[in-house]
Amino acid sequence: MSTNSTPETMMGREPSAPMLPRPCTVQRVRQETYDTFTLELAPAAGGAFPFAPGQFNMLYAFGVGEVAISISGDPGRPEKLVHTIRAVGATTKALGHLRRGDTVGVRGPFGSAWPAAAAAGRDLIIIAGGIGLAPLRPVVYHVLRNRQKYGNVVLLYGARTPADLLYTKELEQWRGRFDLDVQVTVDRASASWHGTVGVVTNFIPRARFDPSETVAMICGPEIMMRFAIQEIEEMEVNTDNIYVSMERNMKCAVGFCGHCQFGPAFICKDGPVFSYNSIKTLLNIRGI
Amino acid sequence: METLERILAEHPFFKGMDQRYLELLTGCASNVRFEAGEYIFRAEEEANQFYLIRQGKVALEAFAPERGPIVILTLDQGEVLGWSWLFPPHRWRFDAQAVEFTRAIALDGACLRKKTEDNHDMGYEFMKRFSQLMARALLATRLQLLNVYELNP
Ligand SMILES: Cc1cc2nc3c(=O)[nH]c(=O)nc-3n(C[C@H](O)[C@H](O)[C@H](O)COP(=O)(O)OP(=O)(O)OC[C@H]3O[C@@H](n4cnc5c(N)ncnc54)[C@H](O)[C@@H]3O)c2cc1C
Repeated sequence: MSTNSTPETMMGREPSAPMLPRPCTVQRVRQETYDTFTLELAPAAGGAFPFAPGQFNMLYAFGVGEVAISISGDPGRPEKLVHTIRAVGATTKALGHLRRGDTVGVRGPFGSAWPAAAAAGRDLIIIAGGIGLAPLRPVVYHVLRNRQKYGNVVLLYGARTPADLLYTKELEQWRGRFDLDVQVTVDRASASWHGTVGVVTNFIPRARFDPSETVAMICGPEIMMRFAIQEIEEMEVNTDNIYVSMERNMKCAVGFCGHCQFGPAFICKDGPVFSYNSIKTLLNIRGI
Repeated sequence: METLERILAEHPFFKGMDQRYLELLTGCASNVRFEAGEYIFRAEEEANQFYLIRQGKVALEAFAPERGPIVILTLDQGEVLGWSWLFPPHRWRFDAQAVEFTRAIALDGACLRKKTEDNHDMGYEFMKRFSQLMARALLATRLQLLNVYELNP
C-alpha cells in the first residue's frame, strides 16, 4: 500500500507578503559542532510561527544576504522558531555571528512538508546524513508526540566524524527510549570513539521495519540519498513511500527567479520534500 | 536448546542455506566470546577463522605508529568478520578489537577449506555468500571514500 500522497503541502502558515522579511529576535544561540550552530528565534512583534516538518525559511542576515534554512524545531511548540545552520559561506557565517537580542529577517515558512501525518499507522524509517538531520528533527518531535499512531520507528544518522554529530544530547535521550530505534554512525573515527564506524546505508538491511508498510524519509548529501534509496528499494519498500528533501541553492523561495529549478520542478515551491517517484528521473541527471 | 546448527541457520549470512550443508558446516563451528577491549586477532597473525557476530560490536583497525589505531569500520550483530582465511597466505591484514562484550560463532578456516574443496556445490553456495559480502563492503568503502559530508572533498 502506498501513502498515495504528494508531500504534505499543508502550510504552517501561508506567508501573506512572501517577499517581505519579518524581524525576529535571537533568543538563544547554541554551538552544535565546530561549524554548525542552532538559532532560537521569536517574532519581534510577538506571536507564534506555525510550520510543518520539512518546511524552510529564508533567513536574512542584514547587509550580507539571504539563505534558505530548514526549520529544525518542534512543530508542537510554534512559539520557538529553531534553525540549525552550518557556516559554509558569507551569509551562513554572518548568521553565526548573531548573539542573543540581535535581529534577523525571516520570510516563510515555505515549501512542502514530510508526509508525517499520512505516515500514521505505518513503520517509519528516517535516514539523515550530516546537516540533513536538521529538517528531519521536526518529524522526530512530531512522531514522539504521537508515538502510539506509528509502528516501528527507526532513525539512522550518519556524519563524517564524531565531532560532526548534531544534537548529541538529544540523540542520547532518544537512544534510551524503547519505542525508537536510533542508530548513529560516522565515516571515520579514532579508537577513542566507541560507536559505529561505517556508512549510514549499512544500517538499512538490519533495521527493523516491515517493507510493505513503511514510509522512508531521507535527507542528506545527494550521493548518500541515492545509495540509501537503492538499499531501501532492495528491501522492497514501495517507491511511492520514499520521500527525499532536496536542498539545492535557491534565492526567491516563491518560484519567481528560477534559481533552484530542478528539471521541471522548483525546489522552493514544489519541494524541498519530494516523493522519490516524482523526481526519480532527475536524481541521476548531471547539471540540473 | 540453542544448538550451533540452529544458530548458524538463523544468522543472516547463512539464511536459506541447505540443511545438509549447515550440518557439514556445524562441524567447523564453535561458540566464542570476547571481553570489551580484547583483540580477536591482530594484523600479520595467521588467519584461521571467520566470525559470525551474534552480539556486541567489533572494530576493524589499522595501526599507524604516528597516529595510533584508526578504526576502519565496526561490525555489529548479524555481521561477518574476516575473510583472510579464504586466500593464501592466510594472514590478517588488520586488527580486530571487541569494542564491547561480544559473542560470536567462530568457523574454522582449515576445516572449511577442506569441506568446500570436497563439496564444490557447498563451496559455491559459500562463495556466493562471501562474494556478496565483499561486494557490499567494497560499495560501502567507496561511499566512505567519497567523503560525502565535506563541502569540498
Ligand atoms: C530548502 C533548503 C533548506 C536548507 N536548509 C538548511 C539548513 O537547515 N541548514 C543549513 O546549514 N543549510 C541549509 N540549506 C543550505 C543553505 O541554504 C546554504 O548553505 C546557504 O545558502 C549557503 O549560503 P552562504 O552565503 O553562507 O554560502 P555561499 O557563499 O552561497 O556558499 C558557500 C559554499 O556552500 C555551498 N552551498 C551553497 N548552498 C548550498 C546548498 N544548498 N547545499 C550544499 N552546499 C551549498 C556552495 O557551493 C559553496 O561551496 C538549505 C538549502 C535549501 C535550498
